[in-house]
Amino acid sequence: MSKKSSIEKINPTEVKSVLMAGVGGQGILRASDILCLVMMESGMDVKKSEVHGMAQRGGCVTSHVRYGSKVYSPIERKGNVDILLAFEKLESLRYLDYLKPDSRIIINELELYPPAVNLGDMTYPGQAIDLVKESFKTVKVVKAHEIARKAGNLRAENTALLGVLSQWLDLEITMWEKIIWEVFPKKVVDANLKAFHLGRAA
Amino acid sequence: MKVLMSGNEAIARGAYEWGIRFGVGYPGTPSTEILEEFSKYDGVYAEWAPNEKVALEVGIGAAVAGARAIVTMKHVGVNVAADPLFTVSYTGTNGALVIITADDPSLHSSQNEQDNRNYAKFAKIPMLEPADSQEAKEFIKIAFALSEKFDTPVFLRTTTRVSHSKSVVIIEDPLPGEDKTEIRITPSKYVMVPAMARLRRLEVEKRTQALREYAETFGENRMEINSTEVGVITAGMPYNYTKDVFPEFSYLKLGMVHPLPEKLIREFAAKVKKLYVIEELDPFIEEQIRAMGLVVAGKDVFPFTNEFDPGVVETALKGKKPTTVRLPEVAIPPRPPNLCPGCPHRGLFHVLGKLKTFVAGDIGCYTLSFMKPLEGMHSCICMGASIGMAHGMSKALKEKGKGKVVGVIGDGTFLHSGITPLLNMAYNQGEAVIVICDNRTTAMTGMQEHPGTGYTLQGAKAKELDIFALAKVLGIDSVRVIDPYDIKNTREVMREELARPGSSVVISRRSCVLFKRHQTEIRKPLRVDVNKCVGCRNCIGLGCPPIAWRKFADMPADQVIKNAKKQEGNSFIDADLCTGCTICQQVCKVGAIVEVE
Ligand SMILES: Cc1ncc(C[n+]2csc(CCOP(=O)(O)OP(=O)(O)O)c2C)c(N)n1
Ligand code: SF4
Ligand code: SF4
Repeated sequence: MSKKSSIEKINPTEVKSVLMAGVGGQGILRASDILCLVMMESGMDVKKSEVHGMAQRGGCVTSHVRYGSKVYSPIERKGNVDILLAFEKLESLRYLDYLKPDSRIIINELELYPPAVNLGDMTYPGQAIDLVKESFKTVKVVKAHEIARKAGNLRAENTALLGVLSQWLDLEITMWEKIIWEVFPKKVVDANLKAFHLGRAA
Repeated sequence: MKVLMSGNEAIARGAYEWGIRFGVGYPGTPSTEILEEFSKYDGVYAEWAPNEKVALEVGIGAAVAGARAIVTMKHVGVNVAADPLFTVSYTGTNGALVIITADDPSLHSSQNEQDNRNYAKFAKIPMLEPADSQEAKEFIKIAFALSEKFDTPVFLRTTTRVSHSKSVVIIEDPLPGEDKTEIRITPSKYVMVPAMARLRRLEVEKRTQALREYAETFGENRMEINSTEVGVITAGMPYNYTKDVFPEFSYLKLGMVHPLPEKLIREFAAKVKKLYVIEELDPFIEEQIRAMGLVVAGKDVFPFTNEFDPGVVETALKGKKPTTVRLPEVAIPPRPPNLCPGCPHRGLFHVLGKLKTFVAGDIGCYTLSFMKPLEGMHSCICMGASIGMAHGMSKALKEKGKGKVVGVIGDGTFLHSGITPLLNMAYNQGEAVIVICDNRTTAMTGMQEHPGTGYTLQGAKAKELDIFALAKVLGIDSVRVIDPYDIKNTREVMREELARPGSSVVISRRSCVLFKRHQTEIRKPLRVDVNKCVGCRNCIGLGCPPIAWRKFADMPADQVIKNAKKQEGNSFIDADLCTGCTICQQVCKVGAIVEVE
């Protein structure tokens, strides 16, 4: 084992990032896995990070995905995320400080009440989408629930959202299809492919 | 072949590729998946031990027999395993022994933020620290090679970000698992009575010196010389964070964080004008570098607490950047984790919360009951603490504590470290009531098997411990079983046991709703009949996720149905989330909660 010394000049601005945010149980980790696999298959370096554990019991879940020619950190710094994919309305508000002024945002129009709202102690910010639109130019709102229902599997909400996201990423459609084929059990592949395509057209 | 792997998966893969075929551990975030993944490989033997001390002892036994064993645990698990740890450092390992400690900066899923690099120095055991999944896979191999070469246990330390981030890994064909086990009797090495331990103690110093020298030329302690202005000494994930923001700096990236390579550090320091140590948590490397008499910056600019990220590193060195986006001014309700809809713990804590007792709690899903609105737990220190604490409290309180102190512990936690405290309570004639929440699994960490479930890690049918019989033999005066879905009976039994002199154990038995093995009944979701709801908020007090409070003030006037004079709203159940456990139905006094047709 010899000493290596390398001079690498990596421009960190070449690394791009997607932040997925939602609620435990929404399939966010699976979605970010798929995104990473597509990136990897497309020849990019990619890293992702999330925290499992306590967050699973209905708490907030986020997943950072960073990709480029060479990626060091699996988490993005605040003010630097390129695309926010919010699986739930209120969660789109929680991480806006991770974005930059020209970041693009996808919001799934779904309300899941956190405990304080259920107890009547706080109100659910129903106007979340309008608030986000006040600060950001490119905000795409979709009803992934309906797309998933049309696709024939309510659990395919996450692939539907990936379909929407795919509109903004320069990745071969065949790559997406290949990975979706690989990661889902046979029984649900068709519904997920359908949800993906409906999302891509949404 | 390139695959995407988490750090944990990569450690399992690396061990397998290196021919390791023996694994033991105890679950705990962020370490759990290492052994789960390892156990799935061909020809591997892997088991969950009931706790980390036992896990390490099993690993030591395997190593002494000549096997190469991997032992996995989370950071606080090393506290439990510390007793054998400090002495196996003396005996050495014969085969090979690598201990994974998965630390949790930021306490994502832990009760403290201890920096287990200190254990390496304290127990005089070398420690490697990978920065991503590819390194995790390589470092586990190096760890085994070092264990064999230096006859020492070796630590591999990860943090949550290394364990749970995924990155690209190149997988290789596995080496065959060679069987080098045999019985060899060498008491001078393994019988640590004072006379022999004193001699082994000297061996430890010699070994540490040899490792120090080895570290100087170790390939994973590597320099990357770029600018001579700033040099950074770092290890693990903070290396990535810093590289990301400051690619122009020079680096000394340490793959081995104990012992440190003093000459290499001096050589690096001499090449740069300004030297930083960038490390999360304790100034572990920094203090040792200062002790070398070098000038270095570290915790004077970087935080002592929480994990870093590229932003933290950037802010520490460049100052805070102003936010560039306009953030809406709106209160964002927090979203903490919560007990699942239909969780069996909910019924129990609903009852406990109303009994006005002190509830000495423990660690598991049920700890979440401390939150509003259940507020059913009043302490949580470490796994197993509930029983000893409840006993100590009731002894100290004497008459004042009669019928007022309850200890609550999960089945997994009870088997981890609750048996000896229960024995103690029986032996010393304690009067506390201990509730064992037997949800038939280790739910918090993802449904691991344990001695009470009847199955092993690798899926074999096993002996299933009878907790009732165990409590009886330990000498507990009264042992009873309740179903926490039956609120009335739960309340009655708790009242009776609190009133009874002597020691009591109540086993609250009902499977976790996410655990498929015992979920056989199909239950219909429930709904609120707004024509009956009087707005008493009893069901809201359960904090079950599908149940929401709807204020009349926020509703269109034609939807308001008032059934009581001072009613201000009514409850609503989201049928898509409801599991039909009926707990809310049982606490509703007016029968407003009914099955969805
Ligand atoms: C020493 C130690 N090891 C491991 C853990 C991780 N851990 C927290 S709770 C828990 C087990 C919980 O199981 P159980 O008591 O059955 O409760 P449940 O989650 O099923 O309600 C584990 C392994 C820990 N906190 N401390
Ligand atoms: S996982 Fe099981 S034990 Fe844990 S909160 Fe959910 S239902 Fe309860
Ligand atoms: S029956 Fe009531 S308490 Fe049980 S899951 Fe449904 S809403 Fe929650």
